[in-house]
Amino acid sequence: MRPVTYLLADDVEGAVRTVTADPDTHFLAGGTTEVDLLRQNVLTPHRLVDINRLPLTGIEALPDGGVRIGALARMSEVAEDRGVRERFPMISRALELGASAQLRHMASMGGNMMQKVRCGYYRDGESPCNKRLPGSGCAALTGVSRTHAVLGTSEHCIATHPSDVAVPLVALDARIHTRIHTRTGDGERDHAIGDFFLEPGDTPDREHPLAHGELITAIEVPGLPIARRSLYLKVRDRESYEFALVSVAAAVDMVDGVIGDVRLALGGVGTRPWRAIRAEEFLIGAPAIPENFEQAARIELSDARTTAMNAFKPELARRTLVRALETLTRDGSQR
Amino acid sequence: MAVRTPEASPGPEAAERGPGPVKVRLGVNGRERGIDIEPRVSLLEVLRAELDLTGAKRGCDQGTCGACTVWVDGRRVLACLTLAITCEGREVTTIEGLARPDGTGDGQLHPMQEEFIAQDAFQCGYCTPGQIMSAVGCVQEGHATDDAEIKEWMSGNICRCAAYPHIRAAIRAARDRV
Repeated sequence: MRPVTYLLADDVEGAVRTVTADPDTHFLAGGTTEVDLLRQNVLTPHRLVDINRLPLTGIEALPDGGVRIGALARMSEVAEDRGVRERFPMISRALELGASAQLRHMASMGGNMMQKVRCGYYRDGESPCNKRLPGSGCAALTGVSRTHAVLGTSEHCIATHPSDVAVPLVALDARIHTRIHTRTGDGERDHAIGDFFLEPGDTPDREHPLAHGELITAIEVPGLPIARRSLYLKVRDRESYEFALVSVAAAVDMVDGVIGDVRLALGGVGTRPWRAIRAEEFLIGAPAIPENFEQAARIELSDARTTAMNAFKPELARRTLVRALETLTRDGSQR
Repeated sequence: MAVRTPEASPGPEAAERGPGPVKVRLGVNGRERGIDIEPRVSLLEVLRAELDLTGAKRGCDQGTCGACTVWVDGRRVLACLTLAITCEGREVTTIEGLARPDGTGDGQLHPMQEEFIAQDAFQCGYCTPGQIMSAVGCVQEGHATDDAEIKEWMSGNICRCAAYPHIRAAIRAARDRV
């Protein structure tokens, strides 16, 4: 690990200004990505600004039925929050099915949004990787790609977005609040989560619309009554402590056997947490029957581009999506 | 190794520390300890190399195996992914401090430690300190109701000897005692 200097931030503005002023300065929150990749020389900051003492830890139920999650709330705290559990069971579930108990105590929600991909070629620090070293190529295209993405890929990068909780947040149209420092002063910004995770395209190194030094302060989830009956279904190679091969966040409102409203998002298959907007559009107003679930899944996955090793993913995603919808429309299951 | 001198600048950077060794005070197992370490040094490295607390083990050193599990402010975390300098003002508890941190316990082990022995919950023992620290956390968090729940909430601790059935038996037994 390279040497770093350390600064303990005691106010948000100061932290933002310090990081903004220097490309080689990074924020340090839970450290579960930053310290790991610092040790492997994948991230190479010269200075860390420790933001763990900043007052961004609150979890607040909002009058509109939503919830505001402080960026430094830990995954475990959000998962067990009563308001989150009642209003957005799929958020709680996605959090509890991610990482391990120890990592969930450490990892912050803001850091979860900013976590790096798990592609082995990105993380080994030396393989060709357009994310780590733009223009160097993508070793995954011809390499081991079983866990890689099939939606939103480009010829420059096929790394899967690793977050679980980002999947329900995308389904719920959450908003990411930030603090930013520019020449004109300190300010706040607010990003729709649908615009927050960028597809790799020609610039896989650019993963978010954030400026360097722009700090996530909170994640706001708007009230959505149908989310009270929602689920997060995760399929993976082992039963626990593993990233998703496919996951589905789903919420359905059904009236007399017809789908009135639906929210769907996929994890494990996209270069970003994948809102299944085309499947949603097909389903709204359609009878809640398996044939329609199948058709919705097929429509959503029709653009999937696979490698020899991950060719199973579209079919697995189709089945997982269908099972999620069948579960939600068949009984009163919250999960 | 190269030591980079921080540039002198006003404002918040005046409090910048490192990259060379700096004085850090840590509360570990009820005792205040002062050490000189670089900011990049992990809590695990400090515990083992500076404080001679070798219970927490280095397994993967990348947050995968759980052998380094300790508590910071009472919560089970991974010492390998925690920079020691970030723990100033926090209370760190290791396996050495579990029984009776102030040494007044007269050799009396924590119930979880006793049950790991009674249930033969280890073979090589390398993962055991991490397992025990995690297991006490698992029970305290209320996630030890049955074997399925114990499996899920202990999945961050890998046992290469696969002593899992006995580890679960120890956790069940300790859970019923505390």
